[in-house]
Amino acid sequence: MQQTAITVTGLRKRYGSVVALDGMSFRAQPGRVTGFLGPNGAGKSTTMRVILGLDHPNAGEATVGDRPYRSLPDPLRRLGALLDAGAVHPARSGRNHLLWLARCAGLPASRVDAVLDLVGLRSAARRRAGGYSLGMRQRLGIAAALLGDPPALLLDEPFNGMDPEGIVWLRGFLRSLAGQGRTVLVSSHLMGELEGTAEHVVVVGRGRVLADAPVAELIAAESGDRVVLRTPAVDRATAALTGAGGAVAAFGPDALVVTGLAAERVSALLAAAAVPVGQLAPHRATLEDAYLRLTREATQYRGADATARPGEVRR
Amino acid sequence: MSARTEPEHRAADPTGRDDAGGPAARTDRVRRPGFGRLVWAEWTKLRSVPAWLVGLAVAALLTAAIGLLICGASVCSRQDAHGREVACTATVGPDGRNVTDRFYFVHRPMTGDGSLTVRLTALDASQPWAKAGIMVKDGIRPGAGYAAVLVTPGHGARLQDDFAHDVAGPAGTVSPGRPRWLRLTRAGDRLTGAVSPDGHRWTTVGTARLAGLPRTAQVGLFAATPLDFGRTDSLTQSTVHPEATVATATFDRVRATGGAAGTAWTGTRIGDTGPLPSAAGGYHRAGDTLTVRGSGDIAPAVSSIESITPVERTLLGSFAGLVAIAVVAISSIGTEYRRGTIRLTLLASPRRGRVLAAKALVVGGAVFLVGLATAAVAVALGTTLLRANGNVLAAVPPGTVLRVVVGTAALLAVAAVLALAVGAIVRHAVGAIVAVLAGLILPYLLAAVLPVLPAPAAEWLLRVSPAAGFAVQQTMLAYPQVDAAYTPLDGYYPLAPWQGFAVLCGWALVALAVATLLLRRRDA
Repeated sequence: MQQTAITVTGLRKRYGSVVALDGMSFRAQPGRVTGFLGPNGAGKSTTMRVILGLDHPNAGEATVGDRPYRSLPDPLRRLGALLDAGAVHPARSGRNHLLWLARCAGLPASRVDAVLDLVGLRSAARRRAGGYSLGMRQRLGIAAALLGDPPALLLDEPFNGMDPEGIVWLRGFLRSLAGQGRTVLVSSHLMGELEGTAEHVVVVGRGRVLADAPVAELIAAESGDRVVLRTPAVDRATAALTGAGGAVAAFGPDALVVTGLAAERVSALLAAAAVPVGQLAPHRATLEDAYLRLTREATQYRGADATARPGEVRR
Repeated sequence: MSARTEPEHRAADPTGRDDAGGPAARTDRVRRPGFGRLVWAEWTKLRSVPAWLVGLAVAALLTAAIGLLICGASVCSRQDAHGREVACTATVGPDGRNVTDRFYFVHRPMTGDGSLTVRLTALDASQPWAKAGIMVKDGIRPGAGYAAVLVTPGHGARLQDDFAHDVAGPAGTVSPGRPRWLRLTRAGDRLTGAVSPDGHRWTTVGTARLAGLPRTAQVGLFAATPLDFGRTDSLTQSTVHPEATVATATFDRVRATGGAAGTAWTGTRIGDTGPLPSAAGGYHRAGDTLTVRGSGDIAPAVSSIESITPVERTLLGSFAGLVAIAVVAISSIGTEYRRGTIRLTLLASPRRGRVLAAKALVVGGAVFLVGLATAAVAVALGTTLLRANGNVLAAVPPGTVLRVVVGTAALLAVAAVLALAVGAIVRHAVGAIVAVLAGLILPYLLAAVLPVLPAPAAEWLLRVSPAAGFAVQQTMLAYPQVDAAYTPLDGYYPLAPWQGFAVLCGWALVALAVATLLLRRRDA
């Protein structure tokens, strides 16, 4: 598999007076699923359209491999994209939808049947796409992205409208695609969808990158040195731990959150003070926690902005 | 797959297009998917939406059905001199086209070479294109070839032959104090006409060559004047209310040489008089003076005078078919914007101009083939129906009918491309359809089908609007030497067939260029 990273450098894009992209820069690496996260209106879709050469940025550049998308020879074999699952002619069958794309890329009809099998849409392939559920359209869109067997994939909100079974399937599918060495960039505005799928996330807000880090690192940073414990002897535990330099906060009638001490140290201190402990665990933040903290500032700022200029059009 | 350790895993790509790797590849000329692939993709799109195929079938049916309805309702009515209904007939000239050949001929046989000279002392006629003079004609059958040197009240002296050919001589007509001498000389198949104010100073007007003129022809004096035609028109029927005018010509000093020599004259009314017994004409001889009275005309036929039906009548339904075709063409691009598939299209082919070119080729090509079959069937069935109803079809060369059929297909195809381009510019199907109806169909209906616009406005529309393209269907020719109503309603367009078609092509090209420019510039 030829390695094809997707690189975005200093993208700026205005729609009238609205700044959609404000210096967006990141790189999606081969061999892993990169989550592209941000609230609605953060600039995810605009960034993807610029990467695909559909929108022209006012500044900056986006490359696939080392070329802008529009100068790629055989683009469908370089980067597969799912932008909008609704982008099908309702009267055309799913198979014919893929077939015209295959003709553009010089691919045989057998490739169409192969990707229909991959996404599990074979049985519905000859029905009109207008009758598909949103989940089926997402599968059709993913099939279209996979047509050219590209080393890089770019999927905009592919989990939208999928049933739980479909979500589980897609998570595994994306991981396996990355496992084959492909670059997989997946956007979402919901954290939970990508938890356990993306190894790396780019969190954006207001057209800028807020965080660009491995998922494990983000969670560790959010978790901090916090320990949650349950004990019937709340007062004694508090005294023992604050004496050792920890900060203790009550968390319900029989639970405490300790900050500033490692879990092993907390355990040792309480044992030394003979405090009975019901349960003791280091606190693990979720990706969602990290995401919410990162985007809170931007979201609040946007709220204030919207109040200041009520007539402004948001994308 | 251990991708990270085998970056060139795909090097065996059978297309050999994997050249995006190293920095050196950047300098290579970027190889693009072939245009043929795009055309194939666009064809796949077109054929896979059933409604579009149905739309093209509807276009074919509408075109043929309206044409056949009009042909079925067309009847030719004609009366003879006694007011009885008679079958419509038409006269065909030496070149295969329809002619008007009605006049009074005072003639005698002429064998071999020779010449006839006369003095025309008076010409009493109201029509500017009334004619009097000397003629050599291949017999007295209507439509037979001829050459004549003649004088008109409004257009001076002329040499005319075989109906369509007309050469101007000295200006001025005949008045009592100013007679005009005329001479027609035969040498083999060449006939030379000359005129003189005094019988001494002669001016040659021209020489006509009558191929196949037999050794013995008829030579003599003639008079004719176009009837004053009043007409009422409807979509399917033209009713003629002719009023006879009569030209009276007075000749003397008849001198014949060679084969033209002789003494006896025969007077013959050439062609029928239709419902007008007064148009029969006659002659009177008093010593050296011959007075000839005649009605009618010796000229190419125009459809507004002769009861002939142009073949394009069978294709009057084209505009309705074109509406359906425009809806399909606009929809083929409009739904791409409405459904968002335009993005997929541009992802597959980032070179945007070629997308539109491929679409235009596929839509235009499909419409051309459908149009060709439709026009061929409509002409074949329509002309059969017209003949069965007693109509006389205008005689045109087979190449002209072929041009009308192929031209109609091309007209529909180019109009489809224009509609497609408008759709790409407007990006909104309803708006684009309104624009095409207003710019193409409406001018055609107003100027060429419904008698609602004054002639100058109709002609202007058919010169500058895309509807000029319908000129490609016309088969009738206009002649300066025949005064007639040359209106689009009668099948006469202000531009020649391919000129009018070129105007439509110009519109389509401009629209396509604008659409391509916008497609390149706009965010998709």
